[in-house]
Amino acid sequence: MKKLLRELTFPLLAVVAAFLVGGVIVWIVGDSPLLVYNLFFTSAFGSVDGIGYTLFYATPLIFTGLAVAVAFKCGLFNIGAEGQLVAAAFATAWVGLVAPEGWPAILVALLAMLAAVVVGGVWAGIPGVLKARFGAHEVITTIMMNFIAAGIVSYLTQYHYRKQGDPILETLPIAEMKDGVLTGPHIPRMHDLLAPLGINFPERLPLNLAFLFALAACALVYVFLWKTKWGYELRAVGLNPSAAEYGGISIARNTVMAMALSGMLAGMVGINDVLGYRYRYYDGFSAGYGFTGIAVALLGRNHPVGVLLAALLFGALARSQLFIDIFTNKVSKDWVVILQAIIILFVACEAVFRMKSKRSG
Amino acid sequence: MAEDLKYAVEMRGVTKRFGDVLANDSISLAVESGSIHAIIGENGAGKSTAMNILYGFYAADSGEILIDGQARSIQNPGDAIRLGLGMVHQHFMLVEPLTVTENIILGSEPGSSFAIDFKQARARVRELSEQYGLRIDADARIEDLSVGQQQRVEILKTLYRGAQILILDEPTAVLTPQEVVEMFAILRSLRDRGKTIIIITHKLAEVLALSDRITVMRDGRVVGNISTREATAEGLARLMVGREVLLRVEKTDAHPKDAILVVNNLSLESSTVHGSLNDVSLEVRAGEILGIAGVEGNGQTELIEIIAGLRPQTRGEILLEGKSIDRLDPRRRKNLGIAHIPEDRHRRGLLLDFDLAANSILGVHRNSPLSGAVLLNEQIIAERANRLVREYDVRPPNIALPARALSGGNQQKLIVAREFDINPKLILVSQPTRGVDIGAIEFIHKKLIELRDAGAAILLVSAELDEILSLSDRVLVMYEGRVVGEVDPRSVSEEEIGLMMTGGKR
Repeated sequence: MKKLLRELTFPLLAVVAAFLVGGVIVWIVGDSPLLVYNLFFTSAFGSVDGIGYTLFYATPLIFTGLAVAVAFKCGLFNIGAEGQLVAAAFATAWVGLVAPEGWPAILVALLAMLAAVVVGGVWAGIPGVLKARFGAHEVITTIMMNFIAAGIVSYLTQYHYRKQGDPILETLPIAEMKDGVLTGPHIPRMHDLLAPLGINFPERLPLNLAFLFALAACALVYVFLWKTKWGYELRAVGLNPSAAEYGGISIARNTVMAMALSGMLAGMVGINDVLGYRYRYYDGFSAGYGFTGIAVALLGRNHPVGVLLAALLFGALARSQLFIDIFTNKVSKDWVVILQAIIILFVACEAVFRMKSKRSG
Repeated sequence: MAEDLKYAVEMRGVTKRFGDVLANDSISLAVESGSIHAIIGENGAGKSTAMNILYGFYAADSGEILIDGQARSIQNPGDAIRLGLGMVHQHFMLVEPLTVTENIILGSEPGSSFAIDFKQARARVRELSEQYGLRIDADARIEDLSVGQQQRVEILKTLYRGAQILILDEPTAVLTPQEVVEMFAILRSLRDRGKTIIIITHKLAEVLALSDRITVMRDGRVVGNISTREATAEGLARLMVGREVLLRVEKTDAHPKDAILVVNNLSLESSTVHGSLNDVSLEVRAGEILGIAGVEGNGQTELIEIIAGLRPQTRGEILLEGKSIDRLDPRRRKNLGIAHIPEDRHRRGLLLDFDLAANSILGVHRNSPLSGAVLLNEQIIAERANRLVREYDVRPPNIALPARALSGGNQQKLIVAREFDINPKLILVSQPTRGVDIGAIEFIHKKLIELRDAGAAILLVSAELDEILSLSDRVLVMYEGRVVGEVDPRSVSEEEIGLMMTGGKR
């Protein structure tokens, strides 16, 4: 516990410092920093709606943050979470679109989830294999796979699965309201999940079962990395491949495994968006989740608990964006992006601080 | 006042604390101008910390430093260089593809702000090299130089920057016996021309042969300040360790039994002579230690790594108890009873950021009962790690500490504990005591002899000729990837074996 607190100190300081600097920026622009801080907290945490949206926005970031963290623990930099989640999200919708009419919705939903995980895993596993077999650097290959995914998915959406005449680049729906009931493969929203417990969570909020999946993923990743022999091997390869090899651990196998796991986690974003929210594949649905995941992992120190907290912060920022834009005179929603950038900058400065403190004891 | 002036360096009451560890506890020492001053101590005694403070890498918590009798504040290496200090690190700080001259002027290039005056630089490097007998070609590329020559480039670099006081950190650790002799001659000639030299080391024989005065450190304190004339190896060892130490290996004659390891015509093709193997055959029997002598880089590393399964051979076969193990990966070989103490414990032997418990299972982490079908068995791992730490006297005995926090000797003891605990039939040992303190050397040697007597076959590679000759029952000499001869460690002279190691006699 003490160790966890010590680990959290620096990211926390980075966040506080970023908010102070962000306040100065607001002040320079000519608005009140206090107003902006107030807007941030009230919009993100001040109401059930606020919390609901914060958690909803945090969900994909938990998945992508975990994805980046798992790869990083094996010494790999997965910049391709974006491509993996795009491919996975399309695959999720595709299962819903091509499943035979008569199949039960729950079965199709399960198959769609499986598709999300498998396609995400394969999309990341390919760069893993390329690295293990040919030494192709994963930073390059995962970026390339991002473009390939975007291209293929846009093509399929545009020319094969779009409703005739629909001006928006999206597939046909996989679930629709019929007589007030959502019919077709989907996962329940938080409203439906909490109703049996007697809690009346607003129906309009898009928060859904995928958020609970995200929490479970945090726990599973923790257990996997720190309690299993495979996690031990994966981390050993990440820290010192030569020593791992000496210990009889296959670098190649762990490289592929870490990338595949990373992609599977990224792919679960598709479950949240397709099965839990839009019930179709909407091209451009991802607000750069894969890239923000890198920041989340960095801020969360590649630890599941840290990733969860960082994702919540970024989710809150995403939620407050619109309110800050509307209710201030001069601050635009880009302030949130600036704040994220400053946080990352401060976190990245840590190495410098560590060096200094080592010198002076 | 006149008394003070003859000291080139004085440290008074210097204290440095890292977290909970008192690395330097009010140390005081004085180095006479124009002398060779040795600072000795076990790993973790604080000698490197003291020198890093002197050179401005660390800031002392308290205490003062005097250079040529003047109190000085040294905030960074730049200050140190301006005051005439120069440091040669154990790991060289050279850019391999660049030439000697380019390396030497790096950071203090002569000429205008746009162009470098190479001609002037080269002339100055030549002049210095000649003046001090360093014999370095100013235009050679670093990557083409031997380790000994690279070290001389480092010395040249400090001289080029006007160093009057040279600090050398373990300068002989990487040298062959012949190179050591050469290095000593250079250091003496530097001293005779008025330079002051501080060397950090733990090799007693070298200290006695080279230095004028000795400062002994233990546990962050200075425990002795002796003139070399009055010092003995036993006395210094006792000061360093704090108890009586056995400097000689005690062992009885070997009683070898069946052959455990047989290597037949092993070859490794490589683009360079260093790193190739040519038709190496050898046999290690149960209950004997076979030593491999040779200058580093003549194929010993490759030989050991091929036997351990860490790299494939080009030709030849390896038999363990008569069965080929050529196709087995390192883990399967370990499970057959091959223990391996790797030459570079930071690169191969340990995961420095893992705790001791996690390090204690590296290589056996898939074996029952340390792990089940899925989960690591943390309780059994902890119990075993605690037992190993206790039995092998790893300090501090806290299995939750990262391996990084241990001194070199204790890191090595942890590796030895892990490897010996599998009840090995064959032990591959590479540089077992490199960078390890005297107490731990004694311990590791004793353990090796114990295992030999218990019937293990041991293949030993070491750059320390003394170690090879005192531990081994038979010795093979390697040169450029070949076995060039076998000698009897009891009767061979150092000159004779030294000549074989450098290809002089076949």
